[in-house]
Amino acid sequence: MITAGIDMGSRTVKVVLIDTEASGAPSVKKTHLIFPGDLDGDAAAEKAYDEALSAVGLKRDDVSSVYATGAGRVMVNFAKEKVTEMSAGAKGVSYFYPNARTIVDVGAEEGRGIKTDGTGKAVDFAGNEKCAAGAGSFAEAMSRALQLTLKEFGEASLRSDKTIPMNAQCTVFAESEVVSLIHSSTPKEDIAKAVLDAVASRVCAMVRRVGIDKDVVLIGGMVHNPGFVSSLKTAMDIDEVKLPDIPEFVAALGCAMLAAEAKH
Amino acid sequence: MSEQLNTSDKKPEFWRWQENCWADESKDWRSAKAITVGIDVGSVSSQCVVVADGELFAYNSMRTGNNSPDSAKNAFKGVTEKTGLTLNDVHMVVGTGYGRVNVPFSHKAITEIACHARGANYMGGNKVRTILDMGGQDCKAIHCDDKGKVTNFLMNDKCAAGTGRGMEVISDLMQIPIAELGPRSFEVDQEPEAVSSVCVVFAKSEALGLLKAGYTKNKVIAAYCQAMAERVVSLLERIGVEEGFFITGGIAKNPGVVKRIEKLLGIKAMDTKIDSQIAGALGAALFANTLVQKQGPLAPIVA
Amino acid sequence: MIANYGYKDGSGEYYISIDTDKCIDCPVGRACLTGCPKGMFETMTDDYDDEVVQIKQSFRRNLAYDCADCKPSSNRPPLPCVVACTPAAIKHSW
Ligand code: SF4
Ligand code: SF4
Repeated sequence: MITAGIDMGSRTVKVVLIDTEASGAPSVKKTHLIFPGDLDGDAAAEKAYDEALSAVGLKRDDVSSVYATGAGRVMVNFAKEKVTEMSAGAKGVSYFYPNARTIVDVGAEEGRGIKTDGTGKAVDFAGNEKCAAGAGSFAEAMSRALQLTLKEFGEASLRSDKTIPMNAQCTVFAESEVVSLIHSSTPKEDIAKAVLDAVASRVCAMVRRVGIDKDVVLIGGMVHNPGFVSSLKTAMDIDEVKLPDIPEFVAALGCAMLAAEAKH
Repeated sequence: MSEQLNTSDKKPEFWRWQENCWADESKDWRSAKAITVGIDVGSVSSQCVVVADGELFAYNSMRTGNNSPDSAKNAFKGVTEKTGLTLNDVHMVVGTGYGRVNVPFSHKAITEIACHARGANYMGGNKVRTILDMGGQDCKAIHCDDKGKVTNFLMNDKCAAGTGRGMEVISDLMQIPIAELGPRSFEVDQEPEAVSSVCVVFAKSEALGLLKAGYTKNKVIAAYCQAMAERVVSLLERIGVEEGFFITGGIAKNPGVVKRIEKLLGIKAMDTKIDSQIAGALGAALFANTLVQKQGPLAPIVA
Repeated sequence: MIANYGYKDGSGEYYISIDTDKCIDCPVGRACLTGCPKGMFETMTDDYDDEVVQIKQSFRRNLAYDCADCKPSSNRPPLPCVVACTPAAIKHSW
């Protein structure tokens, strides 16, 4: 049985198609991501969905059920159900790490901690949405100010062992602070580390509100930022943070899994 | 350099406020018994106010420079050039504002909260109860009694939303000088809904989205000003809004935000003939005057 | 005077309000200073020459995170600072 999950983020649309056997074991058939640009939400969802299907030679009729999640999930008209990012994320993580208890989800626009019951169900969450300072876009803005790509930015921070506290707690004010650090000839590595430490400590404080239990899994775009992962480990005072292979697709995958379960 | 940063000198400054210097020509400071000075070093602009026998005599307002001590000195220098008054003629100096502890010639530092309330009480009279001060990097909401003593306050300097910086961002984005934002925000066929994001970063992307969707610049500015007004009103509501509403700081000059705040509150802001940007420095000078009455004058601190 | 320390940002409101009139004759020996595990409170002389307490500057822009340990997401237990201050001068906006 084929099911689909669609994650309508603020900047990207992600689609995951999975094939679930009668025994219940799912396998990922296709992951697909588009940047909708000027497209409207529903049109973008349709486009991403159809592209994903045709890439593996499937038609809409072959799909038993579609679930949607993400900030723009209401715009996905053809989805049968809409689920929160928390439920979708928790479910998706269970595909990779059945023992996950704490999920840290840091995307561009939000950072949150999710506590799961060990069976892929979210039982509690705490987040800091709608303030750009608590999420990946804070790091993005600062990497722009340093004229580094996000990747270079993350790598640079790994080369620093300094701890410079950032005073500004707001993305807008922090940009000026970073500029003055540049002017005072602070090495880029140290600035990058200061920025990632700041995001990590904010995210970590949120996660503490739900409690930190092993295994801890990080999902969302920041998985690709090794500097952030390292700062997060330090902030949470743990040795290991598990990183799924397809971190951006975890929520869409979780959706597809929930869709399959509902059919069973 | 990122397009969001105003650091290059070549870039036009869309956010620069007018600097100005004023003295009451009808008065002669030489005949005053007590001359006190208040210096307000803010993050964006700095003011120096001279009070002669408890009455406003002169002021100077200018953009804050690279460091607080120099900004304080320059603010005072402007007054000296205009009136001939020097530090040796002053009986006490009180510093306020974010750089208050770095005013090299001040005898005492008092918070801007207390000074704004005191200054507003002078400018608007003893009916003033609710004071809003929107500065370059913060927003203060103050409730005070009939003597200008603070009874409830908050200051938000964490989040750029609802601060002058928030306006600078939109001014920069639209490439329209900050002083034109207010008037332009009323040149719309229909008042748009407020931008929904509080966060300046997200509001900025929303504003870009609106432009793409065919909004005129003026309409986007209107939506942004409305959001700013709603934001400020939510801060005011925390401290309790009462009649006798007085607005100080740079925002007072932006009718685009002020008129919308008035509409949301259903209260008109009080009029004042004096430049409301000087409220903090004026309050500081008045505190100094009270101190001189109580303790006598202090020798000037010449750095 | 009611002093509100903290902020409101895109994600919510985070204020600690201190009714400083109640601090002036504190009957519990400034219990908030030691009651808060983060040591956020300090004494000061305010602009009207009263000795009261305030939130240290370094915490004021960070309350959402600094108080997070006392504020689990699932329930609202009594906060140590609020418990310590029997005159009820301290309030959190959560
Ligand atoms: S303007 Fe700054 S503090 Fe405010 S919500 Fe945005 S990032 Fe957060
Ligand atoms: S909630 Fe906890 S950390 Fe916050 S002020 Fe109170 S005691 Fe301190």
